Amino acid sequence: MIRVGVAIVFIAVLAALIGPALTPYDPAAQELARRLEGPSLSHPFGLDELGRDILARLLSGARISLMVGLAVVSVSSIVGMLLGSIAGYFGGLVDDAISRIVDVLMAFPGILLAIALVAVLGPSLTNVVLALTVIGWVGYARLVRSQALRAREFEFVQAARALGAGAPRVVLRHVLPTAFPAVVVQATLGMAGAIIAEAALSFLGLGVQPPTPSWGTMLDAGRSHLFDAPHLTIFPGLAIAILVLGFNFLGDGLRDRVDPKLAK
Amino acid sequence: MGRYLVRRLLLTVPVLVGVATLVFALIHLVPGDPAQSMLGEGASEDEVVQLRHRLGLDRPLFEQYRAFLTGLVRGDLGTSFRYGTPVTREIRDRLLRTMQLAVAAMGVAILIAIPLGIAAAVFRGKWIDHAAMTLALVGISMPNFWLGPLLAILFAVYLGWLPVAGTGTVWHLVLPAITLGAALAAILARMTRASLLEELRELYVVAARARGLSRLRAVVRHAFRNSLIPIVTIIGLQFGAVLTGTIITETIFAWPGVGRLLIQAITFRDYPLVQGCILFISLTYVGMNLLTDLTYGILDPRIRYD
Repeated sequence: MIRVGVAIVFIAVLAALIGPALTPYDPAAQELARRLEGPSLSHPFGLDELGRDILARLLSGARISLMVGLAVVSVSSIVGMLLGSIAGYFGGLVDDAISRIVDVLMAFPGILLAIALVAVLGPSLTNVVLALTVIGWVGYARLVRSQALRAREFEFVQAARALGAGAPRVVLRHVLPTAFPAVVVQATLGMAGAIIAEAALSFLGLGVQPPTPSWGTMLDAGRSHLFDAPHLTIFPGLAIAILVLGFNFLGDGLRDRVDPKLAK
Repeated sequence: MGRYLVRRLLLTVPVLVGVATLVFALIHLVPGDPAQSMLGEGASEDEVVQLRHRLGLDRPLFEQYRAFLTGLVRGDLGTSFRYGTPVTREIRDRLLRTMQLAVAAMGVAILIAIPLGIAAAVFRGKWIDHAAMTLALVGISMPNFWLGPLLAILFAVYLGWLPVAGTGTVWHLVLPAITLGAALAAILARMTRASLLEELRELYVVAARARGLSRLRAVVRHAFRNSLIPIVTIIGLQFGAVLTGTIITETIFAWPGVGRLLIQAITFRDYPLVQGCILFISLTYVGMNLLTDLTYGILDPRIRYD
């Protein structure tokens, strides 16, 4: 499974990097006379409601999806690791304060808080990344906090403290690395989550705004043409599902390697 | 048991206050003037001042916060800007529809997941197991905002078996319920398999097998009942995901519930209604999690909150 995951993610990254150069069509170029035309040899995935090539738009949209995923996962994991390790290592009031914030943010189910934030901040790519990061760091913080709670009792951590290492050095050099394998697994699965969340927000009209090609907005546009042009719905959804499946395969595979007990 | 219940209830209070505070803060995150944003660029200065007064935005922040919390305790979430009616009434009018959808989705998920999970556990390592678990992973990866339109294309457009959207008959509920329940079914199937495999290693199951019971009978008669606790917990905890899922599912199928109301409120920049819907969904989620935890504590007396 992990190989399938690696292959899917590799192809998606490659498509995002060089894909737009491989297709002769501009993702924004309109051919209104041929709008909603089905798949053909010249346009393998057909044309959309404004006569734009769906394949070209999917390849451009791959960049958006991967960029959002990467941005959300990078910032969330850094913030989450820092706050989680501080809470777990220091304990006491600091831990209480961070844990209560985590509790409150986790009281909002799924992407509800992200929807709320984008609703008030206004729909844009930057606000999507911001909103998903606000809800994203919490998972990493909880994970790293629990690892840090264990790690502070390890002999090598106590030895570092006994040798006079300051708290920042102990946390960054000794405590955090013990959580890295679990964080990598979470980040891989987090990519899948962020890609779906971005597409969901864009689908609801709260994310990337037209004419920028995003898989979520493409699916939203397809809703009005379920009867006369189902290809508008089929291909963008397929792209999201395959990429998310790829990251899930990869994350599941990595988790099995990090914790073989789970590979049952 | 009593101490566990009291501690668990007390721990929920700061979370509730935190959720309410965050939802209160939302309207103050609106860039610029929320009243101006709601009325649009063409509004006169007088109209903006009046709306600011109506929303209480011209009062000191602490006073606004106190009024918000007091209103919340009394069940008053303010007045909808668009409808001119109490937010609680708008939510109450659509609550039944959302609950119908959520319960139907959970029913669909349980009906699919439990047999799938049992089959995967009984035939562990065989093709049935691989197929069931791959199907579950596909279910988790398949976004409901794609599954919904796909089901509509197949069952409403091509086959013409089911209505494409709206309400009226029980048939209108089928596609939205499957769309919303699919991801939960995938998670539940994985959980059922894992929980059953754990149980199958227990001595009482080994003893039952030694008495000559087949693996299937040992599962159905003995192991399954004991593996139910984690499964029931997951069902309870996933209720929040189902509630959030209603936002997208109701939008796809024009289902007149709270989720669709939220998206319409966002479109019309009806911030009091947005606040009300967010608060309602998150408080229901916190309440369901609390209920799940308490039930778990009652079902398994070994659990203590230390």
